[in-house]
Amino acid sequence: MMHEWFLASPIVLASLAAVAALIVDALTPHSERVTYGFSIVSLILVLVAAAGTVPFNGTAFGTMIRGGGVAAVFDLIFALGGVLTIVASRPYIAARNFEHDEFYTLVLYATAGMMLIAHAQNLLITFIGIEVMSLSFYVLAGYFRQTLHSVESALKYFLLGAFATGFLAFGIALVYGATGSIEFGAIATAINKDALNFPRLLPIGIALVIVGLGFKVAVFPFHQWAPDVYDGAPTVVTGFMSTAGKAAALSAFVPLVVNVFPIAAASVQTVLALCAAATIVVGNVAAVVQRRLKRMLAYSSVAHAGYMLIGLAAGNSRGLSAVVFYAVAYLFMQLGAFVVLAMLERDAERSVELEDCSGLSTTHPALAALMALFMFSLAGIPPMAGFFGKYYLFAAAIEAGYTWLAIIGVLGSMVSVYYYIGVVVYMYFKESRDATERMRFVGPERVPLLISAALLVVLGIIPTALESLLSSFWK
Amino acid sequence: MGQLLLLIVLFLPLVVAIGLLGVPSGRVAIHRWASLATALVTFVLSLPLYWLVDHARGDFQLLTNVTWIPSLDAGFRIGLDGMSLLLVLLTTFTMPIAIGASVGVITKREKEYYVMMLLLETAMIGVFVSLDMFLFYVFWELILIPMYFIIGIWGGQDRIYAAIKFFLYTIVGSLLMLVAIIWLGWHAQVATGHFTTDFVKLREIAPSIPLDIQRWLFAAFALSFAIKVPIFPLHTWLPDAHVQAPTAGSVILAGILLKMGTYGLIRFNLDFFPAAAIEFAPLLAVLAVIGIIYGALVAMVQPDMKKLVAYSSVSHLGFVVLGIASMTNEGIQGAIIQMVNHGLSTGMLFLCVGVLYERRHTRDIAEYGGIASVMPRFAVLFAIAMLASVGLPGLNGFVGEFLTLLGGFRSPYLDSWAYSIVAATGVIFAAVYLLWMFQRVMYGKLTNPANEGLADVRVQELWTLVPIVIVMVWIGVYPRPFLNASAKSTQAIVEKVLHYAVPQEVALDPAKTSRITETKRP
Repeated sequence: MMHEWFLASPIVLASLAAVAALIVDALTPHSERVTYGFSIVSLILVLVAAAGTVPFNGTAFGTMIRGGGVAAVFDLIFALGGVLTIVASRPYIAARNFEHDEFYTLVLYATAGMMLIAHAQNLLITFIGIEVMSLSFYVLAGYFRQTLHSVESALKYFLLGAFATGFLAFGIALVYGATGSIEFGAIATAINKDALNFPRLLPIGIALVIVGLGFKVAVFPFHQWAPDVYDGAPTVVTGFMSTAGKAAALSAFVPLVVNVFPIAAASVQTVLALCAAATIVVGNVAAVVQRRLKRMLAYSSVAHAGYMLIGLAAGNSRGLSAVVFYAVAYLFMQLGAFVVLAMLERDAERSVELEDCSGLSTTHPALAALMALFMFSLAGIPPMAGFFGKYYLFAAAIEAGYTWLAIIGVLGSMVSVYYYIGVVVYMYFKESRDATERMRFVGPERVPLLISAALLVVLGIIPTALESLLSSFWK
Repeated sequence: MGQLLLLIVLFLPLVVAIGLLGVPSGRVAIHRWASLATALVTFVLSLPLYWLVDHARGDFQLLTNVTWIPSLDAGFRIGLDGMSLLLVLLTTFTMPIAIGASVGVITKREKEYYVMMLLLETAMIGVFVSLDMFLFYVFWELILIPMYFIIGIWGGQDRIYAAIKFFLYTIVGSLLMLVAIIWLGWHAQVATGHFTTDFVKLREIAPSIPLDIQRWLFAAFALSFAIKVPIFPLHTWLPDAHVQAPTAGSVILAGILLKMGTYGLIRFNLDFFPAAAIEFAPLLAVLAVIGIIYGALVAMVQPDMKKLVAYSSVSHLGFVVLGIASMTNEGIQGAIIQMVNHGLSTGMLFLCVGVLYERRHTRDIAEYGGIASVMPRFAVLFAIAMLASVGLPGLNGFVGEFLTLLGGFRSPYLDSWAYSIVAATGVIFAAVYLLWMFQRVMYGKLTNPANEGLADVRVQELWTLVPIVIVMVWIGVYPRPFLNASAKSTQAIVEKVLHYAVPQEVALDPAKTSRITETKRP
């Protein structure tokens, strides 16, 4: 029993922290600083707990929750994403005179929801986790409620998201109907023993589950919401949604790919591969024509979901490790880019076009250098972590016989290089409109920026530690 | 001892570059002299490598093998053979000259500039010493970043266009190579049970890949290298990049970066896929010959000196590719020595153009004329560079061109004299466009009043030009130390290709086989 609580400690801590923050918030209005500090401390505790459970593996609370192992690594991704987001968002929302306690509380809730998804050993837990995460994101997307753009984004996200959740719930119901269980192991056993109640329902159920989850990941053809929502949401929130949120939705796929898909229907992996290819192509091609930096990053995040899907489509142990590795790298590079973007927006007090980056390398050399590093990493140029992540994913794809998918992946990368180095072109090669202008202030955002950049370089040059840890999970 | 030295040569520039990042950008003198000193020290340290590499052996030496990413068996594996030795020396020799030629010429963002130069040096040496495909790819791509900034920040009028074009062209080729690298690694997993990117292991496994797949892999690698060389018709990035880059950038581009392509063709395409190489040899040779003639013809009509030199690169590298495609001892030896030669003579031509550009801020040939009368010492140096590029016997260019043409004649795989005969006309064209340019710029009457007060070469410029002249004369008169260094590694590759050539050709064409076995006998 103790062991179970220990394995579940990250998720328990995160949930308690979220509830506590809500209560504190309700009792003492205008306690932004308290909630801010409390969220950071509690997420750091979650990080410690998650790190402690990484070497273990097992289930807790019956067979509801998995603990340790890859779930703990996902916890680290989410909690780290949460901390970095909270630190980066304070000056951003404060600059708009719109700092309220609930922002931090909602980030905590979203983090708890994501962790629940990664810990799920049971489709129902997956569902609850997705709902907790999504509901928090709906509100966070519309956090700037006086801005039409933000409200539109939230509404769009909510309507389409609710629709997608319907698919997911229906799919889960059909899988339950077919196999008589919602626990991944039991579903697999039922399929293996050929003890299905309604065999025809199973593929339909699985297809609907994939649709529901695919929506959350923003996989083609369920990606249309992503650019609008990412564009309209507060920039720091977009950074969090498009990294940790995406990783969470992908983590829901992991137990399915391991336990259910291979025995349920052979074609599932092919479908995932086709989706991955289409997502990469659509995301990258659409990103090329964007002039607004945020929208460009939004489309490119669609493409990156496609890259991670390659690992799931490959389905082998190397592919699954690669997905998690890429999720880690992606967290840092994309979040870093969004933090820089948030700082530019805060400075310009409006949304940032590519032209606004002109001459950033002279007005703020350090910021430009960091942004360039994030861009090169996103484009997959060595020696940053983004490169090794892609290498690893492509290796998995080729190992699984999807050489064509790896080729589409690199073709997508070529396209992405164009728009990522476009940002560098403006920052470094074009002169600033006003050469005397300097960025007015750099606040606590430098912490997430430096952490992200340092980890990207370290993980790029020495991916070994994380990589061997990850591949040990699927031995 | 040798291993340690090689590691120092590889990483010293990088370490200094990182150190310089911490020095405030206002301390320009530190950035200039520290980077120049680093490049010089790196060069001096690299010299003993020549003797530390045993020239009687064709395999890799001074090996360092450190585990890096175990599950994909990507290791930090570096080493040298005769061919890479020469190219490393070319790199370490060129860098102090390039940096020396930048001091005082580069006036904005000097800190970033010198950091980029040093980063570039490590990456270029890294490409030549890597014995692991993963590591090779990392260094190969790493070159893009500093070169992209060097063209884009310190380049000429259209620098942004040129920088983007350079970056995109290169990455298009190299990403497909990445797929091929991973595919090879996976093939090793199928064949031996372990995924690996170890060059030494892969070169054992790769030649036995079925020919139909080998063709694809060969094409993926060759595309990447052909863009870098560049082989016609993939050369269009080169004139833009060369013309827009600052002088030192052009020197490095022409001197070293292009050699990475030809190096890759020999190192990987011939060694990994000998059977496919035999099939593709005529195609490569045809493209090489087209490149020789096309580059020369286009160079002839350029009004811009730098563009003329840039197109002459296309032509000169055609000889290198022809030598490689011949896959004979003479051809490949000639290709290697021609790589070095081209690095020296074209690098020096770019420096000379830079000298003129510094004074007049134009590269238009029509703006000049009669310069020899005001800059007599410069005229001598420029003439030497030009004649070396033309391939005058006694200077370096002759040896390489002669050997590559000889290789083209003797090659059993090309099996036609036509390649060499047509290519040889390229030598004549080279004489035409270079001599003509020289005549229009240096001789005649000093008609343009703007040229009247031009100062002759400064001491700094002498220091960058004279060392190149010395090496050019040395290679021209006594090329043996250079040829000897790469002889054994060339022979190993030639024999490997031959080994895979004979069994397949026997059934097809007995006449050809007898020619091949004849070549094998000595």
